[in-house]
Amino acid sequence: MSDSGKTFIGVLCALLLCSACEKSPWNNPYPASESNLNIYYDLFSERPKHLDPVSSYSANEYVFLGQIYEPPLQYHFLKRPYELIPLTATKVPEPIYYDKEGNKLEGDAPPEMVDKAVYRISIKPGILYQPHPAFARDINNKYFYHNLGRPDLENIHTLADFKLVGTRELTANDYIYQIKRMAHPKVHSPIAGLMGKYILGLNDYAKQLSEVIKDNANSDYINLNDYDLPGVKLIDDYTFEITLTQKYPQFRYWLSMSFFAPMPWEADYFYSQPGMSEKNITLDWYPVGTGPFMLTENNPNRRMVLERNPNFHGETYPEEGEPEDYASGLLEDAGKALPFIDKAVYSLEKESIPAWNKFLQGYYDTSGIVSDSFDQAVTFNAQGDAELTGEMQEKGIHLLSAVTTSTYYMGFNMADDVIGGNSERARLLRQAISIAVDYEEYISIFANGRGMPAQGPIPPGIFGNLEGDAGINPYVYRWQNNKPVRLPIERAKELMIQAGYPNGRDKDSGQQLVLNLDTPAAGPGSKSGFDWFRKQFAKLGINLIVRATDYNRFQEKMNKGTEQIYQWGWNADYPDPENFFFLLYGPNAKVDHHGENASNYKNKKFDSLFNQMKSMDNSPERQKIINQMVDIVRKDAPWLWGYHPVGFSLTHAWYKNAKPNLMANNTLKYKRIDPVLRNQKRLEWNQPVWWPIALGIVLFVLILLPAIVSYRRKETKSIL
Amino acid sequence: MMSYILRRIAYAIPILIGVNVITFVLFFVVNTPDDMARMHLGMKHVTDTAIEKWKQDRGYDKPVLWNHDAKSLEKITNTIFYENSVKLFVFDFGRSDDGRDISYDISQRMWPSLAISVPSLLIGLLTYITFGLTLAFFRGSYVDVSGVVLCVIMMSISGLFYIIGGQYLIGKALHLVPISGYDTGFNAIKFIILPVLVGLVGAIGSSTRWYRTIFLEEMGKDYVRTARAKGLSEVQVLYRHVFMNGLIPILTGVVVILPSLFMGSLITESFFAIPGLGSYTIDAINSQDFAIVRSMVFLGSVLYIIGLILTDISYTIADPRVRLN
Repeated sequence: MSDSGKTFIGVLCALLLCSACEKSPWNNPYPASESNLNIYYDLFSERPKHLDPVSSYSANEYVFLGQIYEPPLQYHFLKRPYELIPLTATKVPEPIYYDKEGNKLEGDAPPEMVDKAVYRISIKPGILYQPHPAFARDINNKYFYHNLGRPDLENIHTLADFKLVGTRELTANDYIYQIKRMAHPKVHSPIAGLMGKYILGLNDYAKQLSEVIKDNANSDYINLNDYDLPGVKLIDDYTFEITLTQKYPQFRYWLSMSFFAPMPWEADYFYSQPGMSEKNITLDWYPVGTGPFMLTENNPNRRMVLERNPNFHGETYPEEGEPEDYASGLLEDAGKALPFIDKAVYSLEKESIPAWNKFLQGYYDTSGIVSDSFDQAVTFNAQGDAELTGEMQEKGIHLLSAVTTSTYYMGFNMADDVIGGNSERARLLRQAISIAVDYEEYISIFANGRGMPAQGPIPPGIFGNLEGDAGINPYVYRWQNNKPVRLPIERAKELMIQAGYPNGRDKDSGQQLVLNLDTPAAGPGSKSGFDWFRKQFAKLGINLIVRATDYNRFQEKMNKGTEQIYQWGWNADYPDPENFFFLLYGPNAKVDHHGENASNYKNKKFDSLFNQMKSMDNSPERQKIINQMVDIVRKDAPWLWGYHPVGFSLTHAWYKNAKPNLMANNTLKYKRIDPVLRNQKRLEWNQPVWWPIALGIVLFVLILLPAIVSYRRKETKSIL
Repeated sequence: MMSYILRRIAYAIPILIGVNVITFVLFFVVNTPDDMARMHLGMKHVTDTAIEKWKQDRGYDKPVLWNHDAKSLEKITNTIFYENSVKLFVFDFGRSDDGRDISYDISQRMWPSLAISVPSLLIGLLTYITFGLTLAFFRGSYVDVSGVVLCVIMMSISGLFYIIGGQYLIGKALHLVPISGYDTGFNAIKFIILPVLVGLVGAIGSSTRWYRTIFLEEMGKDYVRTARAKGLSEVQVLYRHVFMNGLIPILTGVVVILPSLFMGSLITESFFAIPGLGSYTIDAINSQDFAIVRSMVFLGSVLYIIGLILTDISYTIADPRVRLN
């Protein structure tokens, strides 16, 4: 053997021995040195587009932002219904209402009397930002990195290349600065339009900033501290006020979202220096917050890493929860200091199959369940309850499920001549279809049973949703044997006769009723679903035509109101019925007002009740109004109410304090990992198997051997 | 040869303009600037004002191809097409629609693509040529017949099957390498093994048959008979004569793809979570990021043209009878 060959084999043996020494499985995607460390491993499938808290509005971005930034409020981790509690604030603010004359209104003032609503927020002193170069100062106490030019950035490629870091205390002005950023024309905050309706002077402030930008075309930075916004006021270093132009009790929920997280002016200035954005060093890429974690590696093409913020102000695990939380061990860590884990590694995993297999190997601590893996993971018992399969139970995996605060519905365009409008004929037709489309069957076939048929627009867990007999939609269901039972198809056919469509044919013209479902879904994957819908409509003799198109064209149809029937969904921003009813509020109609009411539903009574309801605190009176609103929309049936998805997730035995919280984005701090157990299981589950490879090589040689022997015989054979 | 190369480069300019126009037209037929804005701003609470601001910031508020309101030359230059296209010719790719520097991203993401594609090419060439030569060597024997049948079977199977099957067998069942992922430096090796192996096995059927055909064709030529008549062993005939003369068709296939190795593979990178340029392109298409799409299409075209020129040059090296003029 040549020397190089010997060297190669030597290196290979050394590598093999090394890997054996480190006691880490060969298929371990993480460094062996991390095996026993207190690290949480998870995945992400889509690159976060924005990490600037004022621009971000996506669940896959909140996974990171929620751990880094701290708005004034947060949701209680364990309590249900969802409850707002202070995060950096000292208490949950109560609005103070004023009338037009500036007089303070006592109690829960009626909305028509309220001219201004003022939220005074006090924050806790002593909270520090994570270490960041924007705060670094020199010996003269001047900012070290606030006077950079392009030449200074020659050897800078990432934020970590800035050697000096610093910190400073969180102040009330940082919250004000962030609210002002909502109006910044270059930041593109998705809620700027919405907040412009409420925060005093925000729209005018945006115009003012546009003018400032025009006048300072050469500068990328506007010091927002130099421009006052009437809707925010600094009281002292730890107190500020937000003034709304109307009563809006849901505003408190917004105060728990990252849009209202603090932003130090130093960071904004630091990132706006010449050459920074050319190096991709921006606030959208490198967040700076006060939360329990900080983003230390941002490579969304491969992995993102959160590490414990050494300056974190400290917080303790909740000491109260729901009664079952005690039994399930969710309060074992009550009162202990947060966070429990030191580091969280999120790896990019675009495809579900490798992600699932890596979870089973113990390389991800938690996993969702995609349709392909559902049967491997979950089975339904005789009572219809989901439980884990034997394979999962053997691995010590736990199943968590929760009805999401979302709704998937099929909407009718109320501006359509046939299916829409307020005529009795159209209403009866919609009610008939509501009965005919069997969502129980849909959930069973297409969602692996992971859904709850909706009785109206409000999902369970949100105030206003009623359970039991009182909560069923009487136009579609009846209460029987302690559960809702869909009305028989004969009832739907009766309604069709009353509507003038006996057997699905127009009683005057005799023509079969043809309806169109506009959808952005296309391709073989969607075909079975559409065939199912066609069959449901065919029960009434209706010919359903599926008009599939790309998403852009679909959006165009929706904006112009040229669709007839469509499917859509909504995920709650906050746990309040207003966040669902506004999807049916007339002044939000998509065609007329470019709002979120995609069905273009208009009902004066409903709109009036909506205006009344949205300004009320949760109370029996509010419930009464909600019941009336639900009755109206159930009767008018602008939607087939569809279903509320049930989220299933799996966790390994070493993953503690797992409780689904569909509102909170900052739950990483509560998670606890047992890394020793994890490493033990990984080693047990991932022993390398060599014999098939050896067998393959032997077989290959055996196949070739006769041919080689025959060739050598031929080559050495004498002619004579 | 120099004048030939210069002429080919000159020919490339209209081709690149054409590619650019086609990309532009195809993209904007499917996506309007409003669609792009909606995609980037998200689905909730997006107002018309926000859409207008987004377009304005990125220059998508201008006319697409022709600006009626502008004066003289600005009718052409003050358009989305002109502003997005001209800089490409000096390789200034600008910024993606979410503000990232595209050149920087390309420079970062080409390495993982190369880490997969270079070993795949080199080990693949070695394997396919060896197998091709082996089958040619044992031509007519049971090794040849069963090898060809196996090749036909293997080339009939979808590439996706090899990926999923490889991940299942090597990563999940045998626990030998990670199922997916990537790391930098030497740590990347354990992540590269599986995609390279899968790529190798996936292409073994078609490539082995292709090389076998080339070698068999050569083996029927007069010079091979002469070599045998000289008394050379079959191994010497095969490796000294047949292999060397079979280089020209091999070069045709290999040199042309050399520059494109940078571009990576869309499916492989996606399944193995490799952060290369293939997944960069597919992500850009999914997120309707025109700036990245046009840059990657342009870069792909340039690299392909370079590959063709290199192929021509390599002919002259492999076969002294070929002259470029």
